[in-house]
Amino acid sequence: MWKWLHPYANPEVTYHFTGKLMPWFSALAAIFLSIGLVWALVFAPADYQQGESFRIFYLHVPAAMFSMSIYFAMAVAAFCSLVWQLKLSDAAASAMAPVGATFTAIALITGAAWGKPMWGTWWIWDARLTSELILLFLYLGVMALHNAFEDKNLAGKAAGILTLVGVINLPIIKYSVEWWNTLHQGATVSKLGKPSMTAEMFWPFLMSFLGFAFLISIIICIRFRTEILSRNSMRPWVKELLLPPTASSTAGETNNAV
Amino acid sequence: MQFDSFSAFLAMGGYGFYVWLSYGVTALLLVILLINSKSQNKAVIKHIIARQKRENKLRQAAALQKQQQAQLSPADVITTANNDSNEVLS
Repeated sequence: MWKWLHPYANPEVTYHFTGKLMPWFSALAAIFLSIGLVWALVFAPADYQQGESFRIFYLHVPAAMFSMSIYFAMAVAAFCSLVWQLKLSDAAASAMAPVGATFTAIALITGAAWGKPMWGTWWIWDARLTSELILLFLYLGVMALHNAFEDKNLAGKAAGILTLVGVINLPIIKYSVEWWNTLHQGATVSKLGKPSMTAEMFWPFLMSFLGFAFLISIIICIRFRTEILSRNSMRPWVKELLLPPTASSTAGETNNAV
Repeated sequence: MQFDSFSAFLAMGGYGFYVWLSYGVTALLLVILLINSKSQNKAVIKHIIARQKRENKLRQAAALQKQQQAQLSPADVITTANNDSNEVLS
C-alpha cells in the first residue's frame, strides 16, 4: 500500500491527479444534489409530528455530519504533517479548514432555523449546540493560524497542534445528546442496527448526503491545488505549467544563443 | 408530489420562512465558498505568472547587456559589469 501511495507525495503528480478527478466530482455533485434536494423539498413526505419543517433535516444533518468528518480528516492530515513532515498533507489540512468551517456554520444556522419553530427558540446553551459552536471556533482558529505566519511550515505546525488538541471536541459533540439532558434529539440516521427512518425519508437524505460529499470534494480539490501551486511556485514544473511554454522556451533559447 | 399548488409549496405548511431561510442560507454560504476558492486559485496563478514574467524580463535584459559589453574593449567590460551587477543587486 505504501508503494502505491508513494507517488502521491509528489506535488506534481497530485496536482494532475486531482485535476483529472474534478470533472467527475462536479458531474456527480450536480446529479446527486439536484435529485436529492428536489426529492427532499417536493416528494419526501412531511413528518407526522414536525410537518413540513422536517425538510430542513435534509440540509442540517448532512452539514452537521460533514462538519465533524471534515474536522477528523483535517486532524489526520495535520497528524501526518507533524509526524512525517509531509508538506502535501499540510497543504491538504489548510485546504480543508474553510470548507469545514462553512459546513459547521450551515449546521448551526439551519439548526437555529429548525429550532425556532420546533423548540420555540433559536438558540439554547445546551451541550450539543455549544460543542458545535466550539467546533466552529476551532475551525476559525486553525484558519487564522494558517494565515498568521509568513513561513508556511511554521504556520502548519501551529495550526496542526491546535487541530489535534481540538479532536477531543469530536466525541463530545457526537455523544453530547446521550451524556447530557438536551432539547436536541438523538441520532436518527447513524444509529447502529435499524435506522429509525422510513425509506421514503432515507433515500432523499442519502442522495443529498452524497451530493454534499462530492461538492465538498470539488471545493477541497480547488483549495488544495491552490495551496500546492503557491507552496511550489518556484519549482520548474509550476513555471512550465502556468507560463505559455513558447514564451519561456524562446526566452531560454535567446539566453543560450547569447 | 406532496403539494397541491405552487403557493402551498412556498408556504411549506406554515413553516415556509424557516425552510426557505435554511435552504437560502445554505446555498448562499456554499456559493460564497466556491467563488472564494476559485478566485484565490486564479489570484495565485496570476501572481506566479507575473513574477515569472518579471524574472524572464530581467534575465533577458541582463543577457542583452552582456551582448553589448562583449562588443566593447575588455577593460570597459570589467568596470561596467561591476557597476551593472551592483545595480541589479540593489
